[in-house]
Amino acid sequence: MRGDGGHVPVHADVALSINGETHRLSLDTRMTLLDALRERLGLVGSKKGCDHGQCGSCTVLVDGRRTKSCLALAVAQVGREIVTIEGLAEGDVLHPMQQAFIDHDAYQCGYCTPGQICSAVGMLDEVRAGWPSAVTEDLDAEAVVLGAAEVRERMSGNLCRCGTYVNIVPAILDVAE
Amino acid sequence: MRPFRYELAGDDEGAIAAVAAAPGAAFIGGGTNLVDLMKLDVEQPSLLVDVSRLAHDRVELLGDGGVRIGAAVRNSDVAADLTVRSRFPVLAQAVLAGASGQLRNAATTGGNLLQRTRCPYFRDASKPCNKRGAGQGCPAREGDHRNHAILGASASCIATHPSDMAVALAALDASVDVAGPAGRRTIPLTELYRLPGEEPWVENVLERGDLVTAVEVPPLPDGARSSYRKVRDRASFAFALVSVAAVLEVRDGVVRSARIALGGVAPAPWRARAVERALMGAPVAEESFARAAVAELAHAQPLRDNAFKVPLAHHLIVQTLLDLSAAGA
Repeated sequence: MRGDGGHVPVHADVALSINGETHRLSLDTRMTLLDALRERLGLVGSKKGCDHGQCGSCTVLVDGRRTKSCLALAVAQVGREIVTIEGLAEGDVLHPMQQAFIDHDAYQCGYCTPGQICSAVGMLDEVRAGWPSAVTEDLDAEAVVLGAAEVRERMSGNLCRCGTYVNIVPAILDVAE
Repeated sequence: MRPFRYELAGDDEGAIAAVAAAPGAAFIGGGTNLVDLMKLDVEQPSLLVDVSRLAHDRVELLGDGGVRIGAAVRNSDVAADLTVRSRFPVLAQAVLAGASGQLRNAATTGGNLLQRTRCPYFRDASKPCNKRGAGQGCPAREGDHRNHAILGASASCIATHPSDMAVALAALDASVDVAGPAGRRTIPLTELYRLPGEEPWVENVLERGDLVTAVEVPPLPDGARSSYRKVRDRASFAFALVSVAAVLEVRDGVVRSARIALGGVAPAPWRARAVERALMGAPVAEESFARAAVAELAHAQPLRDNAFKVPLAHHLIVQTLLDLSAAGA
């Protein structure tokens, strides 16, 4: 509808910072960050569920903020620090959120899990920054009181078809303490 | 997705010139709507000009107590801003009611205002749609229209505008700063959008190359309270069936002023002017609120499957006003 559209693929040379390492790639401008991670860098932890920003299984951290990588164009990520599920652990030491998901049996098939964990990590940073949510009663309160209802609302961008929410919520609350 | 060139804009003038010069060009902010539509081949720009890193990334408190929100400010930052939360709760609530945490982190103010309808026929390039192509027809009329408009629609298009933030800004009498090839201007938000009429592909008054740079929200009258309520099929992460943004000023049990905007019911955020007129000077009471709601919804044109939105909107308007007037008591 808008514009005549080109027909010849356009490539761009970009330097992307992923998990602390810089990767120089020549890629089609249409490539999403998700596809760049999976197809070009072998970082298949981030998953393609819906590819339309609705399921959350592609969630990564961009400049510390949880973001759906399937709607992020790779070429638009130059200069941003990207952390994927593969970058959360420090060597053999799992990130506390990863450990909590294990301790609370918060996954079944594991497909949504990397996105859940990255989203939860980003979400707790938002809580620490005092960001309210749609269920926060007092918008003027500078600190967030995190309970199950807040966790569920804040994690509503991550779907789980196996239904492990019942264990994801306590896992997150565990780390939040 | 069609191939496209990508440019990161360094300043307004460069961005505007680039888009004005290329008929297939589009601005991109967070991309949460545009990239989605590009994957569906509903949008097919040949050039993307990335305006997400322009210096419009601040929420500023203005001298008169209002705020100016830069067009590149992410939705999360609007909702988390302490000034917005305390002075304009309706706006913070509206933003928080939309999308998901991840999407709010990417979506920009400008992009949120200009996002396109969720109508499933519009979003499916294999289906006819008058908005995508003149004269193609509107299959929603006889088809799936449960979530479509009851106000402001036309014979050619019954789609609704999906933004929550825009509904709050409409009730707040916000204005939109625009920079374009013809210079800079300010447009009241309530005059930004065009109803479909016979040209449903024209959704707003912006011309090619026009870039939204900021939204300005004037201060509320002293003692006015505001809130946003949204009704949807799920408790979270769903678009509105009906929503209400209300700003209410009550003195001695009588309404001094009221601004009400409705979401989920029209092709643009819908200022309920008939409600506002009926409320002026009316006693704070359920009967007044109900009478006012009836005055507005008498103009509704429900369809076979979305008629439920009429009583839903009625009750939501009444309940929101009751809650606001009780909170102030």
